Amino acid sequence: MKKYLPLILLILLIIFPLIGRDDYHRHLMILVLMWVVIGTGWNIIAGCTGQVSFGASAFFGVGAYTAGLFSFKLGLSPWWGLAVSGLVCMALAFPFGWISFRLRGPYFALVTLALGEILRHIATVWESLTGGMVGILIVQTYVSKVPYYYMVLALAILSVVGVKVIMGTKWGYYFLSIREDQDAAESLGINTQFYKMLSLNISAFITGMVGALYMVYMGFIDPKVVFSLHDISIMAILVGIVGGVGTIYGPVVGAFIMVGLQEFFRTGFFGLFKWLGAVTDAQAVKVAAKYVSEAHVLGFGILVVLVILYLPNGIVGDWGKIIGAFIPRRKKEVQR
Amino acid sequence: MSFLEAKHLTKHFGGLTAVGNVSLKVEQGEIFGLIGPNGAGKTTLFNLISSFHIPTSGQVFFKGRNITGIKTHKICKLGICRTFQVVRPLRRMTVLDNVIAAAFSRTNSKARAYDLAMETMEFCGLLHRKDALAGGLPIGERKRLEITRAMATRPELLLLDETAAGLNPTESELAIKLIKKIRDRGVTIIIVEHNMKIIMTISDRIHAISFGQSIAEGTPQEVSCNPAVIEAYLGEEYDQCLT
Repeated sequence: MKKYLPLILLILLIIFPLIGRDDYHRHLMILVLMWVVIGTGWNIIAGCTGQVSFGASAFFGVGAYTAGLFSFKLGLSPWWGLAVSGLVCMALAFPFGWISFRLRGPYFALVTLALGEILRHIATVWESLTGGMVGILIVQTYVSKVPYYYMVLALAILSVVGVKVIMGTKWGYYFLSIREDQDAAESLGINTQFYKMLSLNISAFITGMVGALYMVYMGFIDPKVVFSLHDISIMAILVGIVGGVGTIYGPVVGAFIMVGLQEFFRTGFFGLFKWLGAVTDAQAVKVAAKYVSEAHVLGFGILVVLVILYLPNGIVGDWGKIIGAFIPRRKKEVQR
Repeated sequence: MSFLEAKHLTKHFGGLTAVGNVSLKVEQGEIFGLIGPNGAGKTTLFNLISSFHIPTSGQVFFKGRNITGIKTHKICKLGICRTFQVVRPLRRMTVLDNVIAAAFSRTNSKARAYDLAMETMEFCGLLHRKDALAGGLPIGERKRLEITRAMATRPELLLLDETAAGLNPTESELAIKLIKKIRDRGVTIIIVEHNMKIIMTISDRIHAISFGQSIAEGTPQEVSCNPAVIEAYLGEEYDQCLT
């Protein structure tokens, strides 16, 4: 059963536009799939290779600006930007990794955080190129959301399957070895610098692609949105942690939960508070309704605390534990 | 030309001379013991040979080739592999995956690496634990995993850093057997060990250092009778000399 779960989910995702006919639901699903890609990108460098990164926004933003500037400055189709955005991000990841991979653990994490913030400031200040805080507005190619949906679905499938394939090869084993112990890995003949660079570049590539896709889909970006520390970088980490750090399907599950939770709060518990306010006419409820839509960060915080306490390996990593809590497990036969 | 030759190796850490002007020659196929009191610089010497540290001065030659200052991961490809005194298993991976990761240094194919890993685990007697998480092994098996992993890289020279420390008598007995088995495969071994029973039984030659300086070299018999070694390390009670 568990073996077929990804396949069932895939089929459901493919036929989704036939079921979810309204644009709101389609938009939500596009967001979920984007988060699947960003989460997978974070997972390969942080979850599998153990180099915790706060830099998802840097690559996401650079990808988005690549697509935006292709249209805004070069007058080309932003789709060309989408095509090269992954490569542009790799061009950024290369010197960045070269310099900062001599740092380990939290120090590396801090440098990635700085990278995102530096790029955000550059995008804000360099007005002649990026338009600064005004942002970039381009004309969307399609009115319907369906083409975008299938594009981001394709990217999501590509990244998840790609990571699954990679983790079964020499690269995957080397990534895990580096996560577990860099010095031991080095003594086993693993060129840790090279394989960390490889991992970072894969991560940068897919994060950049989805950034560009965001640009062509939304049609508008500004530095605050695409280089956002807490809306992109931290969210990417939360998707990874909730779903399961270092698991292949973790980011998929994490993306559904995090986007769902964000939407749940944004709509005031799917309109529950608004309805309550109208029914009871109590001032307190009306005030609460106003604030609850901005309280998603609080919800994230509580969720992360619960996940770390009870499911330290995330939902996918501790799947057996979740199942065991609901279904009394049959006694396992002792294998000898 | 010696198999491994260290010439005048010196390593300073700040003002401290951890290893000072140590020279040694190791011949192919022998078990070469390295002894000395705590802090004598044995592990530092290991780190210099395996390129974890770059010597302040001096050179290391492996099969006639100067390998001083070469990148750590390249040492392994040349055929030198070391174990750590404080074992460093890749904790959240199974024993099998640990060994496969090591075996990938000799091949790119997963199937080939798997075969190599299985063969090495059988050779080292760790096959029954292949699906256990490396972080959950007891110390005896962790030490064994350390050797197995090193062996999976198919080394010609194996550096064993206190492989028997913390083992009970039965486990040490097994460790001795394994080390001899590895030697019989044609692997040259340099071993650091505090357990005199082990080092005196298995070594062909022993080199003693104290405070970073060489104090003696020779057969176990000669070294254990050397007055400098007795004074610095073995103590008067170690009365194994026939003279």
